[in-house]
Amino acid sequence: MDGLEPKDGFDPKIVGFCCNWCSYAGADLAGVSRMQYAPNIRIIRVMCSGRVDPAFILKALEVGADGVLIAGCHPGDCHYMAGNYKAARRIALLKKMLEQFGIEGERVRLEWVSASEGAKFAEVVNDFTQTVKELGPNPFGKQD
Amino acid sequence: MEEPRVGVFVCYCGRNIGAYVNVPEVVEYVKGLPNVVHAEHNLYTCSEEGISAIKKGIQEFNLNRVVVASCTPRTHEPLFRSACEAAGLNKYLFEFVNIRDQCSWVHMGEPEKSTEKAKDLIRMGVAKARLLEPLEEIEIAVTPSALVIGGGVVGMSAALNLAEQGFEVHLVERERELGGTLLDVHKIFTANEEASKLIGALAGRVKAHDKIEVYLSANVKDVSGFIGNFDVTLAQNGKESKIGVGTIIVATGAEVLKPTGQYGYGKFPNVITQLELEERLKNGNLDGQNIVMINCVGARVPERTYCSRICCMTSIKNASLIKELNPKARVWILHRDLMTYGVDFEDYYRRSMEHGVRFIRYNLERRPEVIGKGKAERIKVYHELRKRELELPCDILVLTTPLIPREDNQEISRLLKVSLDEFGFLLEAHLKLRPVEFAMDGIYVCGSARWPTDVSEGISQAYAAAAKAAGPLRMGYVKPEAITSLVNEDVCAGCGLCVQVCPFGAMQLVSKDGKRVSEVTVAQCKGCGTCGATCPSGAITMNHFRDEEIMAQLEALIA
Repeated sequence: MDGLEPKDGFDPKIVGFCCNWCSYAGADLAGVSRMQYAPNIRIIRVMCSGRVDPAFILKALEVGADGVLIAGCHPGDCHYMAGNYKAARRIALLKKMLEQFGIEGERVRLEWVSASEGAKFAEVVNDFTQTVKELGPNPFGKQD
Repeated sequence: MEEPRVGVFVCYCGRNIGAYVNVPEVVEYVKGLPNVVHAEHNLYTCSEEGISAIKKGIQEFNLNRVVVASCTPRTHEPLFRSACEAAGLNKYLFEFVNIRDQCSWVHMGEPEKSTEKAKDLIRMGVAKARLLEPLEEIEIAVTPSALVIGGGVVGMSAALNLAEQGFEVHLVERERELGGTLLDVHKIFTANEEASKLIGALAGRVKAHDKIEVYLSANVKDVSGFIGNFDVTLAQNGKESKIGVGTIIVATGAEVLKPTGQYGYGKFPNVITQLELEERLKNGNLDGQNIVMINCVGARVPERTYCSRICCMTSIKNASLIKELNPKARVWILHRDLMTYGVDFEDYYRRSMEHGVRFIRYNLERRPEVIGKGKAERIKVYHELRKRELELPCDILVLTTPLIPREDNQEISRLLKVSLDEFGFLLEAHLKLRPVEFAMDGIYVCGSARWPTDVSEGISQAYAAAAKAAGPLRMGYVKPEAITSLVNEDVCAGCGLCVQVCPFGAMQLVSKDGKRVSEVTVAQCKGCGTCGATCPSGAITMNHFRDEEIMAQLEALIA
């Protein structure tokens, strides 16, 4: 893949929380369509982006993830009506808190990816991986 | 809790995983994970062999947790779960790890990274599996009726099939009459029967059937709920109404591409599509002695790589009908390949040649040219086999164009949460293992909404979809997944935040032994987890997606 080789040996670890109905399906569609993206992401399936407790994001950063992506249904399309709105509010607040801890808010990203947006999913992963590469290793993570 | 004994089954999926992920290396790695007492690889875990291997593994190694690393839970989770159940293991003690759609298929150029990722993902899956607990499902009654969206030949066939099985059907059609695309078609191959007779007969039976309620000039505005209990909002003539159904069939068809800008279409009045030709054939007014047809216009080209399946036969049928109307007419079909598969189609093609229809093969590299002022007068074509350029006189130029997805497929995808393929057609759960089904339980698809089909194929699919849609209706109940929330009343502070955030009104504050606590109505709970992530006391457990389980996956992120 162009431009996505580890810079100075830094190959970020990224956690992705994907909701079962939209973004997980969108990620699957990227696979079915054989869209290629950076292999740094590890996806954890949840039923709804609203399930994502800020504590999970903090845990991810604590165990060494360099970036956390949360992907849910587009506003208005949440399979559970409003879970994604809750996710949006929580994550907006969390990013502000992270800045105060000395962690760049850009390490946490919220995206809306629908079940038919395989291409968008691949784009988002590539873009976010690049962003995290440029941010450098997570200052608070355990790195080996 | 007993000591977890985890069995891991890593799938090759033929070459799909096996060509990119080093499966044997992954299996060796997995064997070294704590609590993994058995790990093996299968060529196709979803095959009969693979399923037997899971059942055998459970018995032989006394497994109490099973992990399958293969495609995506959205296709085979139910299959592997029932394999576990058949072997006596609660189906919620199974965890699926996606190493194909989200690993091997998307990192095809990087086999080492793909293999490392597969190991990471399985390690995380095993971490969750260790903590999984058995869960029991409840039964919920099914609304004994179905919704069919689309009143064309396919939608009507599905509706009739369901009604004849004894179920109530709501048939919604957005136009003012039933019939769909066939309303514009003159005759249907291979018997050359009149489309209006077929449609007329079907529509008659549909309207007469007391179990089918037909809504014309109507649209589906909103759909919520789940299999067995869908709440549908219809809009008809500016008025909205709500109906409850158990299952939904999508039969919205496709539309014919209008090739504006190609071969003079839109500019010359005598350049038309096959569908527009149907209209003229119906009225018997075809003034022209020289008819040229160009096939594959806008199909099997870089912008649209698929073959639309029905167009070759359509062009041959229309060419034959023209010769029937006017035996002295000269008809040429300029084609790239001829998809006249099977017995009947090949026969039909042969007979059309006997009746004088002429076939000229052309190449994408040297497309035919339209010559004329104000209208198409002559068609220049390079005859591939004779290696000569010919100039054909032309009174009418007919462009054979593919079926393309309807624009409102985007809307259907959004409303029903169903996927679209790369071209915009509705995508079924699995081409071979779950045709006519969407990944969303309780919703089915048939006809050209999925991909271009001819009438007989569409009707077969309609029967298949109706058979599938009837299943839950006949059972009378569904057992929704037990991934619901649970309140620990000792820890609950009665703050009521969960009640506020639950989108389904499944939580309420009640008084128990003088203490105000939150209570879940399990039948209403859809398991989204919003309450679990909101509760400040940590009193809510989201079954099967518990905090402990997700935290364990995160702890296992880095080896």
